[in-house]
Order: sequence, then C-alpha cells, then structure tokens
Amino acid sequence: MNLTDLTLTQAIAALRNREISSHELTQACLERIAQLEPSLHAFLHVAAEDALAQAKEADKTGANDLPLRGIPVAVKDVLMVENMPATCGSKILEGFVPPFTATAVKKLQEAGAIVIGKTNTDEFAMGSSTENSAYGVTHNPWDTSRVPGGSSGGSAAAIAARLVPAALGTDTGGSVRQPASFCGVTGLKPTYGRVSRYGLAAYGSSLDSVGALGRTADDVAALFSVMAGRDPLDATTMDVDVPAIDMAGGRHAASLRGMRIGVPQEYFMDGMQAEVEAAVRAAIEMLKTLGAEIRPVSLPHTEYALPVYYIIAPAEASANLARYDGVRYGPRAAGEKMWDVFRRTRGEKFGPEVERRIMLGTYALSAGYYDAYYGQAQKVRTLIKQDFERAFELVDAIAAPVAPTTAFKIGAHGDDPLAMYLEDVFTLPANLAGVPGLTFPVGFDGEGLPVGMQLMGAHFREDILLRMAHAYQQVTDWHTRQPNP
Amino acid sequence: MSLTLKEVEHIASLARLELSPGEKARYREQLSAILDYVAKLQELDTSDILPTASVLSEASPLRDDEPRPPLGTDALLGNAPETEDGQFKMPPVFE
Repeated sequence: MNLTDLTLTQAIAALRNREISSHELTQACLERIAQLEPSLHAFLHVAAEDALAQAKEADKTGANDLPLRGIPVAVKDVLMVENMPATCGSKILEGFVPPFTATAVKKLQEAGAIVIGKTNTDEFAMGSSTENSAYGVTHNPWDTSRVPGGSSGGSAAAIAARLVPAALGTDTGGSVRQPASFCGVTGLKPTYGRVSRYGLAAYGSSLDSVGALGRTADDVAALFSVMAGRDPLDATTMDVDVPAIDMAGGRHAASLRGMRIGVPQEYFMDGMQAEVEAAVRAAIEMLKTLGAEIRPVSLPHTEYALPVYYIIAPAEASANLARYDGVRYGPRAAGEKMWDVFRRTRGEKFGPEVERRIMLGTYALSAGYYDAYYGQAQKVRTLIKQDFERAFELVDAIAAPVAPTTAFKIGAHGDDPLAMYLEDVFTLPANLAGVPGLTFPVGFDGEGLPVGMQLMGAHFREDILLRMAHAYQQVTDWHTRQPNP
Repeated sequence: MSLTLKEVEHIASLARLELSPGEKARYREQLSAILDYVAKLQELDTSDILPTASVLSEASPLRDDEPRPPLGTDALLGNAPETEDGQFKMPPVFE
C-alpha cells in the first residue's frame, strides 16, 4: 500500500485500526515531499524532524481518542504556528518566527494533527496564481508549466500531488476555491465568522476566512468540524452550532431528494472556456440525477462584485499592512529618522502587488475620495449581499463555475494586474456576502487540466454544501484522478 | 481617470512607501487603469442603500475581559531588529 494515496478519511481509519502508524504515514509524506518539491515548490518550510517526533508520540498514545491523532497536515504560510517560520510569502517577514499559534491550527493540533510544514502563497495572500510569492512560484502538479492558482496554491498543489492528506488555506476573494479548482481538489471557504482568524496575518478583515483543502468532501468536513466555532480571541466568530454533517445519506442513489439548487445565469458569461461551462453544466445534471431540483436564480449585481472587491480589499489591506514597518519584526532598512526607516523598509521589502493594493486602498480611503470609492463600494456590497439573501429564500445552494478558465500558464498575465483580477470574478461575491463556498472537481479540459465547480450556501450552512459534494463524489471519480508531476 | 505623478507621490507618502521613479511611473499607469475599471460602480443609484457594516446579521458576542497569561517580553521582543532595555529601539522621530 502506498500510504500517500490514502485520503484523509482513509488515513484516519487506517490509523485507528492500527493498520498503519503515524510515523509511517508522516515518513511517507516527507519522502514524497523530498521527491516532488524540486519540481513543485509547494512548501516554504518543512518541519521534518519535529513532525516525525510528534508522530512517534502519537503512535505511543494510541489513535482512538482524538479525531485527527497522528495525521500530518500542511498549513498556508499566512497562519502562525509557534516556533515555525512564517513569511506570508513576503520578504518583509523574512526570518520571523511567531511566538504563538493560530486558533484554527491549534484546534487541529488539539485534535491530534501534526503540522508537517508551511505552504507557499502569494505575498500576504494577494494574488490568484502564487506568482506573487517572494520565494518563487508553485507549479501545478497537472502541468508544471502552469500556475496552481492562488493564493493558497501551495496547499492545493500539495493535496493534488499527494504530499499531504490535508491542508489549511485562506480565502479572501477565492484563495481556497480557485486553487482547489485549478489543482483538482476539494476546498471549503467557510461562512464569515465560522472559523477563528486569530493568528492569521490580516489582509481584508471583512472578507478573510480560514478554509480547508483535501481530496474529498469527507476529508474537508473532517477538518472543518474540528476548526469551526466561537473563539474568544476573534470577536467576529459566532456562537452558532456546527451541524452534524450527514455524509451517510450520500450513499443512496436519490440522496439529494428535496434539495433545491439554483443556477445563476450571471455566472455563465461570454468568453469563458467552453469546456469549463460544459463540465459544470454536466455536474449540475448529475446533482439532478441524485434527486436535487434545479432552478434558475438571478444574482443581478454579480458584475459589480469585482470593482467592489478591488476597493474594499485594498482599503482594508492598506490599514492592516501598516503594521509592517521594521519596528517589531522582520528586517529593517537603514535610515537616519524613523520615517525614513518606515518608507525604506516597506518600499524595499513589499512586492509589487502588495504595493499596488496598499496604494489603491490608501487612495480609496484618502480625504476627498472616501465617499466616492469606499462608501459607494460598501453600499453596492449591500446589494450583492441582498442578491444572495433573496436567492437563498428559493434554493438550498447555488451551483456555479469557480473560474472562467482552467489553470493558466506561468507568466500568462505578465504585468497586467487587471487581467489577473478577472480570474476572481466568480469567487469574490461569496466573500462580499460572507456566505460559504465549496469547490470540487467535476471534469477535465482537453489539455488534461481539472475543472472545478463551486456550491455556495446560506450563512452557516456548510453542512448542505458538504453533503451535496459528498453525494456527487459517491457517483463520480474525478476526485480520485491523480496527476503525474 | 488618470492619476498624476504628484498624486502617486502623495499616495506613496501617505502609505509610507519609498518608490523608485520607475515604480512611480508603472503604478501611475496601472492604478489609473484599475480606477477606470472600478468607476463602473458610479453607474448604480445607491442613495437609499445602507453601506454594509458586517455581513452577519447578529452582533458579535463579547467575551469577559479577564486577564490571561501574557506571552512575555522575551517572546514579544524576540523578532525585533533592534531592542534595548526590554524595549523596541528606533531612530529618532525628531532631531
């Protein structure tokens, strides 16, 4: 048995039944990382010795008392893990070693998981390809000349290449869902306020969410149910019960009977790749075969999501990233006066996309422009949110493509930020409305690249999305295909 | 909408970013294109619409303000480029 071929759910069962040890599993992951990292660069840091030591401990204490006991997981490098370097993909945090652990990670550790390393990301999660990482691009395991998507591209590539059975990502405008789609894996962006952001380097605080990636809906559900819930250290987390996720129902042929799925015409736009539309429409047919009722719905303000996002996210980023000034952490540029140190440290150490967003946000919040940009964007955001509220009076979930195309070539968007922003056109609305979104593979294009679909749900109804994706994965095998990087 | 070089310099100064002449010229062009694109929002009449304050309908629950064990000075100063007497050290603000 090749241990890295086990899904998270299978690995949990195998550990529990003592068919494998955590040490064997962790060792197998580390060997595969060593073998494939030269061609993929999914990781920024691998904690091999620590992980093996923890695995030995896990094997000593047995596997039956904790849900993730002995399971190696990878963590996107924007989340803090005590005593493990955290760069956020930026030179401005080179050498930073946080003295604390993010709550989402801590909850996984308390459930027995072992953090095996930190995965690559666009600098401060700003990007859709990992090309904005200051430490080099991650390569898509399906075609290493292509991007894995972003910003959680390292986590998505690591799952697709079977380097680890599970990983954490973050999603501010699609950063879990789009790379999951480009790499052919399953990824969940939870409801805003569902998973604590304590210990996440803040980017757009009204949009940021911590999500999970795995090979199946089952795998993602296992991580999500451990991570979710109120955290006194994050005032935006809500006291809402996490429903027990009924995966057993998915094994029946008509398991989605009584569920209503909406299809928004605004998400099938001119110019999108025909194979993406065809695969998503075929997947919707399959959900219908499983008993779901398919209805057209309208989200009329969809076209405004992109301009709204590219005001609100940079505005929040410009405030959040003010803390990187060379005083408390990271490298410091030389200067006679404090202001010189600030300007030079930031100018030298931030990459171009981060600088652009800081500039854009600073402008949108500056005197004389606040109402026209930020104020108007927050009002249009209300219209986008109301679109979803109306739709979820009629349906239980909304099915849509994740991105207009499959994974593009490294360098395809050159130095054209607006072209890159258009990659996010279908994923931004869920963040603006705070609703959950789940991506899973539904086919391949003519180049052999995976196509993903997303299901979006009402606030706090991740359970419905996971159940639907699980039912789909019982009757399809896209999620079992594997690349040969 | 085209930003002037002076506006770009003003924004960079507000954002405390030292930029090279090449960066200023490039950001001027790129930011102008992005601002043209987001001007699309002005199409919509939002006079009766309230801005989104939070996407969630319920207020965030508050926690009790109870003291917790702190991380400690050593842990907090451990990543700083320069420290002295248990404090962060910086060049002067004024002469």
